[in-house]
Amino acid sequence: MTEAELAIGAPPPAERNENSVGAIARRRWESWKAGDVGVMPVVIGLIIIVAFFYSQNSNFLTAGNFTNLMVQMAGVTTIAIGVVFVLLLGEIDLSIGYVSGIAGVVVAKLQLPDGSWEVKGVAAIVIAVIVTALIGLFQGSFVAIIGVPSFVVTLAGLLFWQGVILYSIGDQGVIVIDDSLINNVANYFFSDTVGYIIAAIAVALFALSTLLGVFSRRRHGIRSDNMIVVALKLIGFTVVAFGAIWWANKERGFPVAFLMVIVLLVFWTWVAERTTFGRHVYAVGGNAEAARRAGINVRNIRLIVFMISGAMAGLGGVIFASRLNSVDLNAGGGTILLDAIAAAVIGGTSLFGGRGRVISALMGSLVIATVANGIDLLGYSSAIKFMVTGAILLAAVTLDAVSRRRLERAGR
Amino acid sequence: MTETMATPSPAGVVTPRLETRGVSKSFGSVLALDDVDFEVRAGEVMALVGDNGAGKSTLIKCIAGIYSMDEGEVYSDGQKVSINGPKDAARLGIEVVYQDLALCDNLDVVQNMYLGREARDILFRLKEPVMESRTAEVLRGLSVTTISSIRQQVASLSGGQRQSVAIGRAVMWNSRIVILDEPTAALGVAQTRQVLDLVKRLAEQGLAVVLISHNLHDIFEAADRITVLRLGRNAAVFERRAVTQQEVVHAITAGVPTKVPGVGATETEAEA
Repeated sequence: MTEAELAIGAPPPAERNENSVGAIARRRWESWKAGDVGVMPVVIGLIIIVAFFYSQNSNFLTAGNFTNLMVQMAGVTTIAIGVVFVLLLGEIDLSIGYVSGIAGVVVAKLQLPDGSWEVKGVAAIVIAVIVTALIGLFQGSFVAIIGVPSFVVTLAGLLFWQGVILYSIGDQGVIVIDDSLINNVANYFFSDTVGYIIAAIAVALFALSTLLGVFSRRRHGIRSDNMIVVALKLIGFTVVAFGAIWWANKERGFPVAFLMVIVLLVFWTWVAERTTFGRHVYAVGGNAEAARRAGINVRNIRLIVFMISGAMAGLGGVIFASRLNSVDLNAGGGTILLDAIAAAVIGGTSLFGGRGRVISALMGSLVIATVANGIDLLGYSSAIKFMVTGAILLAAVTLDAVSRRRLERAGR
Repeated sequence: MTETMATPSPAGVVTPRLETRGVSKSFGSVLALDDVDFEVRAGEVMALVGDNGAGKSTLIKCIAGIYSMDEGEVYSDGQKVSINGPKDAARLGIEVVYQDLALCDNLDVVQNMYLGREARDILFRLKEPVMESRTAEVLRGLSVTTISSIRQQVASLSGGQRQSVAIGRAVMWNSRIVILDEPTAALGVAQTRQVLDLVKRLAEQGLAVVLISHNLHDIFEAADRITVLRLGRNAAVFERRAVTQQEVVHAITAGVPTKVPGVGATETEAEA
């Protein structure tokens, strides 16, 4: 859990001259009180949930269950990353469930040995993701260019793409995937040694980027970081990275699907927080008129975000298809859509636009997957699962609304 | 800002930093501006006043390139220029701070100051340290000291602080002419004071400042000269030191006596 949190945990934005540990903690506390809560509530919630299930059933924290959990949540987390971007704009994408199903159908059809256009492995996955990105672009153009509310456009998409899935799978009812590379996406586990090598690389990259940031800030003389905090962060990251691999190695090993999720999280966090594009997404979500007057091309930002949403849904769909080694008439259905949106919101991304982080996709789906997994272990029905997840979602949205009001009041 | 400092406030007869001659603009059959002359010099605060519908906003939007003029000429430092869009205005160093501020509440001060013009490298990566130190420098240069952290979200700032950020953003891009649309409209007494001080400081640094306001008290506090528009025409231009508030009010409501046209004479009594 905290592994990826720390992996993304970019150096906190701007501490000023005052840089004792106490002062940093005090400023954090001040901004939480003002309503800028970030991912903190979900971290606390997660600890409570884990503690609760562990007290009920000691199998909950076993290595086997841990690796299971990582694979279980990979698909939803991937889709939820796209949702975070759409929510940052203050829009919504309801089509992601069935768009992910479309990607599954595309890879499954492409790899069919009898087909005249047999495409295998990575190429099939790339094509599927391009197709879903174009679907996102198509839907987004109605929102960005014509001005149709995204809720309705993507609701239409939800119906339409479900129809396309049913039509293209047709009477067979199921397409089996034989391509080993595609199947490995969700079913391959790294060997113990490779797992440790991955952890070592991750730690090295994290240390490098943290220290480069420290030196760059020092060179520009805007503030000096507290070296105790930096050291604690590095140590914490190292412990969590190696700990997670060690724990996973006790069972099947570290799953490739989760490595993919972490790479995606790091990449999209970088895009959201370190590039002009990301900055403009936040600006459009916060005040589209201000963004327009500042010379930002609001239409293009919206188009690109809907493309990201489609592409990430597609990638998530590939993970789902790979996990089942097949696609059937239910591809993209079930709770995928609701889980992905709920994950982003529970993780702390605001529905009002402009506030949230990519990491919330992981935090939220951790909560959902943990609750689902724990309730299964305790032997309760999925009825209970739905009720609990619903209650958590309501709590998250309420917290969002409350913190938004506090932020607004903090100014005046 | 170093550039603007280079041209110190000149005295005596000078070529205006920006001048418009004979500007006319109509919307359908409504003549919003009729043969309007306007000028602002480097190092002065020129107030632009007039009742609602006098044409202040229309004139400003023409200068900012948001509206195109039907007729009229624009001179920058004596050179004839044409403004055919916001880009042209920006190239001439014209920056407008609009009444509704156009800040993003969810971004911090640095992010707002650089919105749409972020410092970045070839990989589109933001250069945060550069932007942060430059923002601090600009705000310090304007003696804006009330903002405790420039990494604070704009949502948590007071109205006066927000106005300071908006003004700071307008002046940090080598701007030469800053137009402020009702900068004190929503502010309390202390914050109005802060903003007016800031406005005067801009002029002291050699910028040409246009101040649009309804509040004569603010205008007499900050402006060097006052241009009065009435019903889309020039009513008067006053030296602030040589005029009383009564005279300005009269010009706003009735026009200058010698030039009073027949129309609108009936409205005169209401205001006075």
